[in-house]
Amino acid sequence: MATRIDIQGLNVFYGKFKAVAGVNLAIEPKNVTAFIGPSGCGKSTVLRTLNRMHEVIPGASVEGKVLLDGEDLYGAGVDPVNVRRQVGMVFQRPNPFPTMSIYENVVAGLKLNGTRKKSLLDTRVEESLRGANLWEEVKDRLGRPGAGLSGGQQQRLCIARAIAVEPQVLLMDEPCSALDPISTLAIEDLIAKLKSSYTIVIVTHNMQQASRVSDATAFFSLEATGQPGKLIEYDKTTKIFTSPTEKRTEDYISGRFG
Amino acid sequence: MSTLTAAPEGAPVTDKLRLHGNKLPAFALPVIAVVSVGVSLLLYFATPMDSEIQILLLSLLLFAAGQTIASSLIEGGRRARDRFATTLLIGAFLLAMVPLVAVLVTVISKGAARFDYDFFTHSMRGVSARDHGGGAYAAIIGTLEQIALASLIAVPFGVLVSIYLVEYGRGRISRTISFFVDVLTGLPSIIAGLFIYAFYLIVLGAPQTGFAGSLALIILMIPTVVRSSEEMLKLVPNELREASFALGVERWRTILKVVIPTALPGIVTGVMLAIARVAGETAPLLLTIFGNDSINNDPFSGHQSALPLYIFTEAQKPQSWAVDRAWSAALTLIIIVMLLNLIARFIARRTKV
Repeated sequence: MATRIDIQGLNVFYGKFKAVAGVNLAIEPKNVTAFIGPSGCGKSTVLRTLNRMHEVIPGASVEGKVLLDGEDLYGAGVDPVNVRRQVGMVFQRPNPFPTMSIYENVVAGLKLNGTRKKSLLDTRVEESLRGANLWEEVKDRLGRPGAGLSGGQQQRLCIARAIAVEPQVLLMDEPCSALDPISTLAIEDLIAKLKSSYTIVIVTHNMQQASRVSDATAFFSLEATGQPGKLIEYDKTTKIFTSPTEKRTEDYISGRFG
Repeated sequence: MSTLTAAPEGAPVTDKLRLHGNKLPAFALPVIAVVSVGVSLLLYFATPMDSEIQILLLSLLLFAAGQTIASSLIEGGRRARDRFATTLLIGAFLLAMVPLVAVLVTVISKGAARFDYDFFTHSMRGVSARDHGGGAYAAIIGTLEQIALASLIAVPFGVLVSIYLVEYGRGRISRTISFFVDVLTGLPSIIAGLFIYAFYLIVLGAPQTGFAGSLALIILMIPTVVRSSEEMLKLVPNELREASFALGVERWRTILKVVIPTALPGIVTGVMLAIARVAGETAPLLLTIFGNDSINNDPFSGHQSALPLYIFTEAQKPQSWAVDRAWSAALTLIIIVMLLNLIARFIARRTKV
């Protein structure tokens, strides 16, 4: 069920500015892959190309291939809407829909895509909330607004919302950067659990987090501001954090960067 | 590391860091207030001042000045500036409330004279200059129908334009639309009436009807609706749109199910302001609906009346009872706009949950 992702010769542009250059990367199925690197190195940008969210920004464009189980996401005739149904995303700031209840938030993806059957929605809500380790905390107040939860709960609600549409891949863009350590731990536990059914790619600024949750790590960096970001090194997480091949990777993870 | 120690009890407060400051005593403000009102009253009787408003303004100025001077002498510059600014802000608020309250009080007290059963059940048909009776039934029907027709067309149209501008519009087309909306916002209302008169009535040869009036009102409503809902749609955080896209939801459904519900209370408020604005328009109606003493329930044929036009014609008549009718009509108009506002807010709140 889970899917591998192959990135081949990826260049990403904002207007004329080349933000990311020449990325080649093979992401294994049912693995957690972490993207690390300094701010502005393009790791979030690369992440957003994996479900064609990049092009939502006016003027943004992409060169190269992103293969999802061998199928090019940027091939002719590919509908970004269908891509996003296969590749879900969790954002940096928890963003539950403010006009919807907890229940409605979870089934938003299903309902907005036309599923109406109440029994199916009910079971999916419970499955997804259990999947996101949130069910026990909210099962008695599913009708309450999603925005009334705490930050960590909101983020888990967003994860539940993302997995409710049963994607193949889950992208997480710094999912814990707005959360306290306890909520972060809850999300990390959740990532470890979700790994068995989804291919997960996570962008993080927190290197301990990368080493805790991921199987493979990609280190991105850039020469100088105004230069495009590049993939410096990609390997097993244990390798990256113990004996990286590149000097720049070592500098960064040991805190000697810049 | 140093150990935590409590301050020794009973130690004299030396205030070497100068943390304390002098404060105006509690009685100072009432005293200054009384003195400034007193001085103003004195000036009112001693000099050729002849308006009560002048007493209010003068007291306010004297109070602000006196307080600032006292404060700067005792408390120092920063607190004095703070007090001065605070007094100025509250003063400005009070002054702004004066016309509002005055209008309400005047309209209610003068409008009460004819605010009776007859007024709401009778038209002006066959009411001669000497008759004290007559009412605004025809005008109320006319206003409600014209506003409803105008809103029915202008609100969806305006909201659609704003959705285009915020969600889809890029480059030259959207800039051009934006520019023309701005130009239309400043359009004098009589021009809208003249345009409909020249185009719809003369060129197309249509008769003067309630609908012609609605058309003129539409021209005035659209830019207001576009501007206000555009601002509200812009306030919807982009993260919500992205969250919806990331779930594989199409753009149009995202707009319909996520963006608009989030912005709805604001959009409704904007629409209400637009309706309230056109409900009181007289100029565009003068040439288009013509006015009618009899009841005409059909906005698509025959002349119609409307409350603003009714006020305009009745207030021009020399008889005091006609002027009374105008005041009652004004009160009715205010109440109608207020009711519409309350209903819309109620609906917006219900749909939000």
